[in-house]
Amino acid sequence: MSWTARLSGRLDDVTGDAGYDEHPPRVGFFTDTSVCIGCKACEVACKEWNELPDDGYLLTGMSYDNTEALGASTWRHVAFVERPTVDLGMPSVGPPGPAPGETMPHGEDQAAQTAGGEIRWLMSSDVCKHCTHAACLDVCPTGALFRTEFGTVVVQPDVCNGCGYCVPACPYGVIDQRKDDGRAFKCTLCYDRLKDGQTPACAQACPTESIQFGELSELRQRADLRLAELHEKGVDVARLYGRDPDDGVGGDGAFFLLLDEPEVYGLPPDPVVTTRDLGSMWRHVGAAAATLAGLGVAAFSGRKA
Amino acid sequence: MSPREQAMVPEAEFDSYYGRQIVKTPTWKTPDVPLYLFLGGLAGASAVLAEGAALTGRPELERVARVAAASGAAAGTVALVHDLGRPERFLNMLRVFKPTSPLSVGSFILAPFGALSGAAAAAQVTGTFPRLGRLAGVGAAVLGPPLATYTAALLANTAVPAWHEAHRELPFVFAGSGATAAGGVAMLFTPVDQAGPARRMTVAGAALEIVAAEALLNRLGMVAEPYREGRPGRLMGLARTMTAAAAGATVLGGRRSRTVSVLAGAACVTASLLTRFGIFEAGIASAQDPKYTVVPQRERLRRRTGERTASGAE
Repeated sequence: MSWTARLSGRLDDVTGDAGYDEHPPRVGFFTDTSVCIGCKACEVACKEWNELPDDGYLLTGMSYDNTEALGASTWRHVAFVERPTVDLGMPSVGPPGPAPGETMPHGEDQAAQTAGGEIRWLMSSDVCKHCTHAACLDVCPTGALFRTEFGTVVVQPDVCNGCGYCVPACPYGVIDQRKDDGRAFKCTLCYDRLKDGQTPACAQACPTESIQFGELSELRQRADLRLAELHEKGVDVARLYGRDPDDGVGGDGAFFLLLDEPEVYGLPPDPVVTTRDLGSMWRHVGAAAATLAGLGVAAFSGRKA
Repeated sequence: MSPREQAMVPEAEFDSYYGRQIVKTPTWKTPDVPLYLFLGGLAGASAVLAEGAALTGRPELERVARVAAASGAAAGTVALVHDLGRPERFLNMLRVFKPTSPLSVGSFILAPFGALSGAAAAAQVTGTFPRLGRLAGVGAAVLGPPLATYTAALLANTAVPAWHEAHRELPFVFAGSGATAAGGVAMLFTPVDQAGPARRMTVAGAALEIVAAEALLNRLGMVAEPYREGRPGRLMGLARTMTAAAAGATVLGGRRSRTVSVLAGAACVTASLLTRFGIFEAGIASAQDPKYTVVPQRERLRRRTGERTASGAE
């Protein structure tokens, strides 16, 4: 395999590529947002197990989402999207929730009848994607970020020197620096629990199996079946996000079934690992350095005053 | 905000989650990091100037450029270490070498450059170990151009739209900006009869910087907006005007008048600094608006889907 092939494109054994001769199968999350009920048990379980500091107690006005985004101390984030399902002309939407006597259709659709018309209520529990080609890991200058034997991406807090390079490198905006601490933190996919053969805290806490943990190859099959089932039932908006091993990050270790465009949930529609262009970047830096050197030579090649 | 208020928000041309940014804002501090970009460029190009001066027998120019290279590298290192969340762990930068991390590569350029340029300047100023000093100066001159330009890859190798998309032109902007800074410092402190190469480096650097920045703006399309608008836009515009004016003044009167030389030199140094702050802040602005993440990616998807449909129809 060529050196550049590891930086982008399909990579079936990412763990082996990282240097593990023998290793357990790659694991990950399949988050099926069609059955998410927005209970935030995943957020709480994650905070408790990983002993993460609070995010403050602000009300954001973003529906029921007061968590706002993934960050250094927020490794699961439940997004709440409210939007009209039909063009109502003058939008006038009442408080969300199913009308009296009406039950939510089981998983197939999160639309809810409201006083003013129909709104579509989407909930999704976001998490670090544990990319096949992880930009955070590529750009980390200290080796604090590493690929585990499970194919996940983890920060070693005792090595991280808080350079912050991983923060703008992540195409999903997942990892961040803890201001009072200085170091970068993100989801470890419960590395400590995995080593004991346990399920990550968020997946274990999820009451609807919206968050499914398991071997990535099996999760992908499960997701394909679920998608076919939803399409058969007429839920054409359902789509998988991060499932494709040929996408810009070589597929995500944590992928999703969404009911709208990714950007509606705050996810990038076509993320690409920045290091895919690394060869071009170094070539241009080399050419520019040569230009500067040539400029220096030229500056002295004139007559001496 | 109630759902009613939410629904009243006018329909934008792209979707987002409550208008929130997707990629994270870089945590790199101002002025630490833009200052480091400037100092790295100044130091790297000064090392080239110093070695040229030594080879062609211009002791005054050599002394000024050696001191500029050494102090630029030293101050830049302080800025970089200060920017770390855990400054006491700065040596962790040198525990691995990773070509995929421009910060790692840069650390392995900056560390020897700092030592060599420091040794060369010390030998020059104190007049001791002249041969070792020269040898160190040659080493610094070899590492200088990479030091001045790798910082472009440092910015570009991120998901920050205005930086990443500019990865082809940014190294040339930085090379030109480094040359004008080094030439400017040399013009400030060197008698005009020895500053000829500094003037030529300044003028050529200014031309390179202006042409490369123009190419960047033209190629990037809507992602170039942050370079044109708001505070970063004003910084970049002012930098360009000052660079062009200083280069013009250098050509016209830099050889005859020490005053013109000093003024033009100061303008070049200021302009180089403004360019770095402008580029740095444009990147921050592009990260904070989801438009620059979503719209180009949507466009990319649309083109790919179009291609697939077209090839499927054949």
